Amino acid sequence: MGNVLALCEFHGDALKQSALSNLAFARAAAKEHGGDVVALLVGAGSAAAGANAAKYAGKVVTIDDPKLEHYLAETYAPIVARLAKEHGATVVTATATSLGKDLVPRVAALLDAGVASDIKSIAAKTQFVRPILAGNAYSTVDIGTPIVCVTVRQSEFEPAAELGAAGAVSTAAAGDIDSLGATFVKIDAQKSDRPELTDAKVVVSGGRGMKTGENFKVLEQLADLLGAAMGASRAATDAGMVPADWQVGQTGKIVAPSLYFAVAISGAIQHLAGMKGSKTIVAINKNKDEPIFQVADYGVVMEWEKAIPELITEIKKLKAAR
Amino acid sequence: MKILVTMKRVPDPTQKVKVTKEGHIDLTGASYIPNTFDEYALETALRLLENGESNTRQAGSEIVLVSLGPDDAGKEIRNGLAMGADRAIHVVTTDAEIDALVVAKVLQGVIEAEKPDVVVMGKQAVDGDSNLVGQMLAGKLGWPQATFAASVELADGGKAAVVGREVDGGVEYKKVNLPAVITVDLRIIAPHAVKNGVTPATFAYAGEGARLPSLKGIMAAKKKPLASKKLADFGAEPKPLIKELGVVLPPPRAAGQIVADIPTLVKKLADEAKAL
Ligand SMILES: Cc1cc2nc3c(=O)[nH]c(=O)nc-3n(C[C@H](O)[C@H](O)[C@H](O)COP(=O)(O)OP(=O)(O)OC[C@H]3O[C@@H](n4cnc5c(N)ncnc54)[C@H](O)[C@@H]3O)c2cc1C
Ligand SMILES: Nc1ncnc2c1ncn2[C@@H]1O[C@H](COP(=O)(O)O)[C@@H](O)[C@H]1O
Repeated sequence: MGNVLALCEFHGDALKQSALSNLAFARAAAKEHGGDVVALLVGAGSAAAGANAAKYAGKVVTIDDPKLEHYLAETYAPIVARLAKEHGATVVTATATSLGKDLVPRVAALLDAGVASDIKSIAAKTQFVRPILAGNAYSTVDIGTPIVCVTVRQSEFEPAAELGAAGAVSTAAAGDIDSLGATFVKIDAQKSDRPELTDAKVVVSGGRGMKTGENFKVLEQLADLLGAAMGASRAATDAGMVPADWQVGQTGKIVAPSLYFAVAISGAIQHLAGMKGSKTIVAINKNKDEPIFQVADYGVVMEWEKAIPELITEIKKLKAAR
Repeated sequence: MKILVTMKRVPDPTQKVKVTKEGHIDLTGASYIPNTFDEYALETALRLLENGESNTRQAGSEIVLVSLGPDDAGKEIRNGLAMGADRAIHVVTTDAEIDALVVAKVLQGVIEAEKPDVVVMGKQAVDGDSNLVGQMLAGKLGWPQATFAASVELADGGKAAVVGREVDGGVEYKKVNLPAVITVDLRIIAPHAVKNGVTPATFAYAGEGARLPSLKGIMAAKKKPLASKKLADFGAEPKPLIKELGVVLPPPRAAGQIVADIPTLVKKLADEAKAL
């Protein structure tokens, strides 16, 4: 028997959407391990989100310390490792966000634990299915260490629903905090009212064929009309047309919205790896032979300069008629 | 400054993925490349140690390349030496004998012997897509880590580095004292991503990837030291605890359709796909 320690990211007084996918996995793992889910919230301000977390987990532990104002793997990892031991966890899990990917392997090193990263499902107690080779194969791995660490691919787990009764919230001390000399300097973040790329129901992505960042404006109009998040190919992010955190793909963000637009994107395997799981894929590309048309449900062979303004007009018409 | 760079060889990702009867990836006749992120790591190390404009390496600087892999991975290691690494350590093993834990343990052993000022690695090997070893290694060593680096700037006279990290919400700048583990992301090869205080700020690196070995580099690589080691030399055993039980191919997507114009597309998205 063992418990499942689920690290949950929060924003303000609520869990992030990404944390709910982790909790969905955590429940499944707790069943296999015959234990409970313990949701762990670490960081300055985490206590405020405890009540929200308690809607989803029977036990919630918050570690709220002003010294944890900024996330650092160096300070967080020993805390998570310690809590794993204190709570008799046989599974330590987080969503495969940039934080989860940075932190969990470091925690694993402190616990001498093996890691199954970016998993898509649980096959058995210590067996997990994870995409490899840019999503071109699914590998089942068995983790043979006493504690198992996992990061969960958000797009593969439906967000956990609220439980009938609220869980118990407790606080724990951060203990000694040693950042090993690492310091947070600043974050350059683009403020946006659009949904997060990994949470969005609709994603509009542009590629190299957009040519300039300025040209992305028309895609953003389309996105705003649909309440969509913006995405991009590596070529567009590398060229500085759009921020790097828009990159969708094997080595960027993995998305699976109900509707994905790939505009002026050729469909390299690395890009497909990040969006193949979308329910409906639309490709708009001037060259009919591009591989993107092989995964698209609907393809339009057309220049974006013509296609996108027309698409905006048609969608507006449709909305007006409803 | 001494930099340790890790390098894994991976199957060329443009090859079609096949599965054997036993349910593992079929690599018969496969061709290999150095993991792209590791080539970028080596490129980063070179940029940290050279004057990019005059194309000269700083006196007394050293880059040691480390790779765990089969006997015939020598080709990819020589490629790294030809790019400019000074010497290499090849820990001869097979994929079946190692996992992230074994790799991290061996690298820890190498680092304790070599005592580099910084370790620069790829963020992820593009075969297993694990994204684990750098963070595990830093944890084992008790060193700070700066993962997903899109920029690196040496600070405090080379005693620290400020790393621009690609995170979900943007770019986070983190300062780490050296020694530290840095894992690189794609943008690290941008023209001005690496700043060492030696290469003039006006100098822009060109090219869409890591540098290609020059003819001179290829000749020089033949004479550079390449030490062959075993797992046991670093106290590691060929007993992976992260074991692959089997692989399957993902289900193919159903064939799509080309639609003639935008009004048709919108109609189909609304009525057929119920996506609008
Ligand atoms: C290690 C590694 C990791 C990578 N990770 C990722 C990743 O995570 N995500 C990712 O996206 N890529 C990734 N890549 C890059 C990938 O291999 C491709 O190079 C990239 O996806 C290409 O981007 P693109 O489709 O925008 O550009 P291109 O392949 O150049 O395609 C541009 C497209 O635009 C079309 N076009 C041009 N003009 C117009 C027009 N006016 N109207 C309509 N269409 C037009 C062209 O027909 C073409 O299809 C990775 C590569 C490596 C080596
Ligand atoms: N067999 C190996 N030999 C040398 N370096 C490795 C090996 N496996 C992984 N690495 C390094 O660890 C990084 C992350 O790999 P991974 O955690 O497997 O995605 C890679 O980019 C390499 O730099």
